[in-house]
Amino acid sequence: MSPLPGFIDWLDQRTGCRSLTKEALYENIPGGARWRYVWGSTLTFTFIVQIVTGIALWAAYSPSSQTAWESVFYIQNSMSGGWLLRGIHHYTAQAMNILLVLHLMQVIIDGAYKAPREVNFWFGMLLLVLVLALSLTGYLLPWDQKGYWATKVATNIAAITPLFGTAVQKIIVGGTDYGHHTLTRFFALHAGVLPGAAIALIIGHIALFRRHGITAKKPYRKPDAAFWPDQLLIDSVACLAIVGAVMVLVLMNHGAELGPPADPSENFSAARPEWYFLFLFQFLKYFPGGTEVLGAILIPGIVMVVVFLMPLIGRSVKGHRFNIAFLFALIIGASVLTWLAMAEDRRRPEIVAAAHSAEQTAERVKHLANSPSGIPASGAITLLRNDPLTQGPKLFAKYCASCHRYDGHDGTGLKLKEQPTASDLKGFGSREWLTGLLDPDQINGAHYFGRTKFKNGKMVKFVNKKVRAFSGEQKTQLTNVVAAVSAEAALKSQQQLDGSSKTQIEAGRLAFKDQVGCAECHQFHSKDADASGPDLTGWASREWLVGIISNPKSPHYYAEDNDRMPAFADEKILDANSIGLIADWLRGEWYEPAETR
Amino acid sequence: MVPESKQPDAHAGCGCGHHDPVGRRSFFKEAATVGLGIAAIVAPIGAAIAVMFDPLRRKSKAASNMVRVASLRSVPSDGIPRKFAILADRTDAWNKFPSTPIGAVYLRRPDEKTVEAFNVVCPHAGGFIDYNVQNKCFLCPLHNSAFSLDGSIMDPKSPSPRPMDSLKVEVRNGEIWVSFQNFLAGTREKIPA
Repeated sequence: MSPLPGFIDWLDQRTGCRSLTKEALYENIPGGARWRYVWGSTLTFTFIVQIVTGIALWAAYSPSSQTAWESVFYIQNSMSGGWLLRGIHHYTAQAMNILLVLHLMQVIIDGAYKAPREVNFWFGMLLLVLVLALSLTGYLLPWDQKGYWATKVATNIAAITPLFGTAVQKIIVGGTDYGHHTLTRFFALHAGVLPGAAIALIIGHIALFRRHGITAKKPYRKPDAAFWPDQLLIDSVACLAIVGAVMVLVLMNHGAELGPPADPSENFSAARPEWYFLFLFQFLKYFPGGTEVLGAILIPGIVMVVVFLMPLIGRSVKGHRFNIAFLFALIIGASVLTWLAMAEDRRRPEIVAAAHSAEQTAERVKHLANSPSGIPASGAITLLRNDPLTQGPKLFAKYCASCHRYDGHDGTGLKLKEQPTASDLKGFGSREWLTGLLDPDQINGAHYFGRTKFKNGKMVKFVNKKVRAFSGEQKTQLTNVVAAVSAEAALKSQQQLDGSSKTQIEAGRLAFKDQVGCAECHQFHSKDADASGPDLTGWASREWLVGIISNPKSPHYYAEDNDRMPAFADEKILDANSIGLIADWLRGEWYEPAETR
Repeated sequence: MVPESKQPDAHAGCGCGHHDPVGRRSFFKEAATVGLGIAAIVAPIGAAIAVMFDPLRRKSKAASNMVRVASLRSVPSDGIPRKFAILADRTDAWNKFPSTPIGAVYLRRPDEKTVEAFNVVCPHAGGFIDYNVQNKCFLCPLHNSAFSLDGSIMDPKSPSPRPMDSLKVEVRNGEIWVSFQNFLAGTREKIPA
């Protein structure tokens, strides 16, 4: 004989487990199990999914402004199954919000809030608020640009609540500014306070639900059934369908998105709340200055009060109809607002561009973090701040593009209406760039000296008269000179070319002085007090570029002949680090991940 | 379970006066239980509340210190605003960060003599205001608060309750210094955060 029944008897005498199980599983369902009863079970299920995945995430997450993004990055990219875990947690949260609305709709339409179930309805409403708060607090935890800027708006809105708003904001944010304590507090709310409260309310919600029984939809089509196994079978199918939908989204998007790390000095125009808060976001646009409190606090507050009072309003037939109408008006209104918000964002080029550039930066920081140097203790943000590929274009656009261009644009890809008034610096240092400069048909074009004061200078005259008249032999020598001067730059992109043409470069160095005649104005690995043009020793090397950006009026460069270029270091326009970033970017000196090399 | 006859309130409410001491003793017992229970929990809860409410004592430290932002040469006097990060020492709870970005400003020179500085943060809900090149105005990308180049509200229907927050500027030896400060969002008045 199996010892199991004996053991269960023993346990039952001490715990009453038999009657507990019976109570839990054999609840009567009048009219039999039905698909329409699955919402409560699916919500309980998704909540359990969130607890399980949340605890696993918790075990790898580190809330501080130097480690939050970094630990999430590590979960996403280095831990086995990390992206899957984040993805499930992220998309299940979204599923919960949809299920909540469906559950609420059903409760109201079926009149399941009516006496004696009012208190249970209020438990449910509190749970809805808790789940929304969980969504809001969870959005900040990865500490990426999107979460950072979107949540800032949410906490600022909390601050306009009359009387105690600013105090509430300070307590949630952990001071006046976003920082370590914002994360520790949001995390305590997200992983402790809110789920703890939710568990207590769910226990109460289910206990009250069992006390009053299910609000069965009449007419009954089938004989009564029990929760186990009839309804639970249907519930399980529904839960599986939800997990299936979540998994599709997770796999399609390779888990949850992780934007570039938060940066308080870098704007992010595409900062938006999660899609299920977009209607509130859009709503705020319609309240002119000073009436924000209406749109952000008062009207949503009144709506919540009306929904809370629905069990009392719904006592009469008319009241019940009002509740249903109110609910549908709310859902339609929220849907329209959501659609408006999305449509406007799609229409505005700056928002689309910001979202696109955030994706690129996120991709870039991923490469940098995976580079041999890895993420420093100062956080991933320093990787971006010291990355020529990220900062170069921005610095160029701000400080250089008022005169120069880069491949025709301002460095960031924006075509400017104004014509350039100095050379285009794309490929500066390369043979191609230099060949163009020495081409009589190009040197006086907008790409080179055409709009500078050098258009009437010695160099232009030299190219136009002498180079134009060069013999075949001289032209070959000129090509050698181009190779020699360009080799000074030691560009990464020309490494192979420079290496394979050592004899040509050597010939070019000799021709520089004699046959071609560059040495009449330029110094090149030798002192010449009479040289009037820039010293081409180390031309376009990092040192040379940093030097000319720092002070083009130095005798080493243009001296008195300098056109309009400011001395960026000497006039304290840029610090040494920024100048270095511009030089590195122009030279194509940045980290490239192995697979794209 | 306590046997029926020994329950302290077995005679409660009989009104004979004889049992009053029992009722009084019961009251004291209840009061003592509640009182001791509260006394037991007061220190742990008090400490928890003290820590949770600690941020209320924190004041923004960045306030009103003049910070060097840029050289005068880096802001052409064409009236077009240019964005600059504010670098300052920052204390974030247990960390000190020397010269780190704590925010950003728009600097603008409408003519040779004047320099204007605005905090980039939108007074509406704290978004980061963009400079809109096409329309030559400031536009918050969140709820579309629009401001003229001098920081004033451009469209009275737009959500910001006040103009952009201007900051005190000084030019010292060809360098622009700004008194950087953040202000509360959503209020008509400019209240330091």
